[in-house]
Amino acid sequence: MKSIRLAAGVAVAGLLAVCATTAALGSATKSVTISVASLIPGSTPAAIQQFNAQVAQFERKNPSIKIKPVEYQWTAPTFAAKLAANTLPTVFEVPFTDARTLGDNGQLADLTAGAKALPYFSKYNKTVLAEGTDSKGRVVALPKGAYAQALHYNRKLFAQAGLDPNKPPTTWAQVAKDALAISQKTGKAGYVEMGKDDNTAGWILTTVVYTLGGRMEKGTGKDAVATVDNPQTVAALNMLHHMRWVDNSMGSNFDYGWSDINQAFAAGNVGMYVSGSDVYTNLVQASKIDPSVYGLAALPLAKNKKAGVLGGGTLVSVKPTANAAEKAASLKWIDFYYEAPLVSKGRAVANAKTLTANAQPVGVPALPLFNKAQYDLANSWIKPYINVPIRQMKPFLTDVFNQQLIPEPAASTQSVYHALNAPVEAVLTDRNANIPALLKQANQAAQQAISTGS
Amino acid sequence: MSAISEIKIEGAALAARHRVRRSPLTWVRGGGLSTLLFLLPLLVVFGAFSWYPIARSVVMSLQHTNLVTAPTWVGLGNFSAVIHDPLLPIAVKNTAYFALLALIFGYPIPLIAAVLMSEVRRGRGLFSALVYLPVVIPPVVAVLLWKTFYDGGSVGVFNTMLGWVHLGPYPWLQSQSWAMPSLVLESTWANAGATVIIYLAALTAVNTELYEAAAVDGATLWQKVWRVTLPQLRGVLLVTMILQIIGTAQVFLEPYLFTSGGPANSTLTVLLLIFDYAFGNSLGGDYGKATALSLMLAVFLALFSLAYLRATRSWSDE
Repeated sequence: MKSIRLAAGVAVAGLLAVCATTAALGSATKSVTISVASLIPGSTPAAIQQFNAQVAQFERKNPSIKIKPVEYQWTAPTFAAKLAANTLPTVFEVPFTDARTLGDNGQLADLTAGAKALPYFSKYNKTVLAEGTDSKGRVVALPKGAYAQALHYNRKLFAQAGLDPNKPPTTWAQVAKDALAISQKTGKAGYVEMGKDDNTAGWILTTVVYTLGGRMEKGTGKDAVATVDNPQTVAALNMLHHMRWVDNSMGSNFDYGWSDINQAFAAGNVGMYVSGSDVYTNLVQASKIDPSVYGLAALPLAKNKKAGVLGGGTLVSVKPTANAAEKAASLKWIDFYYEAPLVSKGRAVANAKTLTANAQPVGVPALPLFNKAQYDLANSWIKPYINVPIRQMKPFLTDVFNQQLIPEPAASTQSVYHALNAPVEAVLTDRNANIPALLKQANQAAQQAISTGS
Repeated sequence: MSAISEIKIEGAALAARHRVRRSPLTWVRGGGLSTLLFLLPLLVVFGAFSWYPIARSVVMSLQHTNLVTAPTWVGLGNFSAVIHDPLLPIAVKNTAYFALLALIFGYPIPLIAAVLMSEVRRGRGLFSALVYLPVVIPPVVAVLLWKTFYDGGSVGVFNTMLGWVHLGPYPWLQSQSWAMPSLVLESTWANAGATVIIYLAALTAVNTELYEAAAVDGATLWQKVWRVTLPQLRGVLLVTMILQIIGTAQVFLEPYLFTSGGPANSTLTVLLLIFDYAFGNSLGGDYGKATALSLMLAVFLALFSLAYLRATRSWSDE
């Protein structure tokens, strides 16, 4: 009887061992599929091809991970809807303004353990990393890129208007003067601003106010105080009103959003506009800009100690419903596609080669995610592959690192921008717009949003 | 007690006994099961796609939720927040303005077109197809097309055409006073075709002898329309009017795609405000407020429809 029990015990133990080994082998070879944000809808075939090439490289390196690219463009309404419906790709991008709150709301996956295991984690710029860290100290997003707002201008229109394309304006008064010259001599819009109700109008107004030394709020969280009706905002809107109604140098379309304004600029219909310094990539990928007409300058700053340039950026995150295997695969993709090209010479060169082989921009000006030395080092690795018109970006690259970088309003950012949409639209469409009254109303709306944390 | 009352009571008692005695077997034999089986798909579809969302909306209107984390109950807080929102009166005023303009321009045009087309003897099919064509074009495509027509510069399609007669350029969508009428113009073009077809169908039902009698009496075309056509169409006219009012009260597509509610909230409608509550904020939106305003709109439209039907009952019964 004893021997039977022993034999049964050995058999059970053996069976368990076999099962365990099979399970272990199974888990080692089990493949995982993740969907990842790829390019914005409407990207050129060449851009899609280079992205697919990157996916193929990654899959060769990680045979157990399958990547499913999903076209993706962050916009406030579509992001909120996809977030609520759980239809975001596994790996997606969010702006600096949103990640912390989304993390606090449990709407982003906790990446802390995996992120801290990355060899370069300790080298991140602390301020940039803080944008993707929630109030409990969990890392919920990793940086993709940072930008400073800049003045994009059309060198061809400058030349046609008798202006020097190598000397872009350095004061707002010069911007207005050059815009007038462009509109009078070429018939094109000299200067345009985003004026759409999708919060881009408020974003650009805030940018201009920062350059004049104003701020849209004081304090943080729900205790912050809205200050959108400050004298600099009044000045910024008066300047806009003058260009629109007195100079008539802003053309005839005043409801541009982020994509529309890029298209209009790439089509040669806009002399100058304000947007992020990294917009050149989109101008190539989605609007096929002629590189020879492109010019990039730092924003004019008022002679004011508080004047600075608005900086922002994009983070990359993982949806909260991802399981452990999907999260691990997502972090590998984030490391491969977003981060390694900034810190590893091999990946930087391989990435640059893929991009240039597909006629995609390499060397677009951005702000350092780690530090200036690392940024310069990474740029030196890819120097032979830089194909953007870097000389035409010199006015920006010369000045931007001397400018004070100011983050976007911290409390209820998108709601504060939303409150500012109406004053911008009113100034652009109503000659008799009452700017102080509009700003008073906007301030009330912004304060209400801040106080309720919406 | 009268004989009639006694009979009624006896009948009721019999019916009650009959109800009590009815077993599941007799219910099945009487066709109850097959009725239920036939009804079941409809009940499931309506339940899943109509009644459940309605019930869910009522629940959500009492909650604060981002649809990701656990909701919290806020009672009537969402309704109070909506009522105190300074954008609500603007949205209501704009929606009423859109409905009024659509009623002034969008309501008579299909009727006039249908009456004129019914008078045409040759090529009526071609006219019907041409009138209905805008309805076939996907709404988003139509709006994008009209956006190029409405380009505010001198190169815009409409401004170019008006330029030939030395008019304009006009800021179609770029002006607070022009934007809403511009939306109504496109909306009328896009939706008139369906109403014209309804009117044409109704016109075929009008007894031709009435027109012949009118012709014998020497009636003009206008008199025929006023004295014969319109009275004969009044039932259809009443229905299309209430449908149009309900439709315009829920206008969303045009302001969303053309102007996003701008410039300066001049085309912000109630439905667009609901959309903004739900999706305007990338951090998750306020779905409680969105459903609260949706319910308020639904209740208003139900009461309005009821009042409309009561007010027009005597006219439609004539």
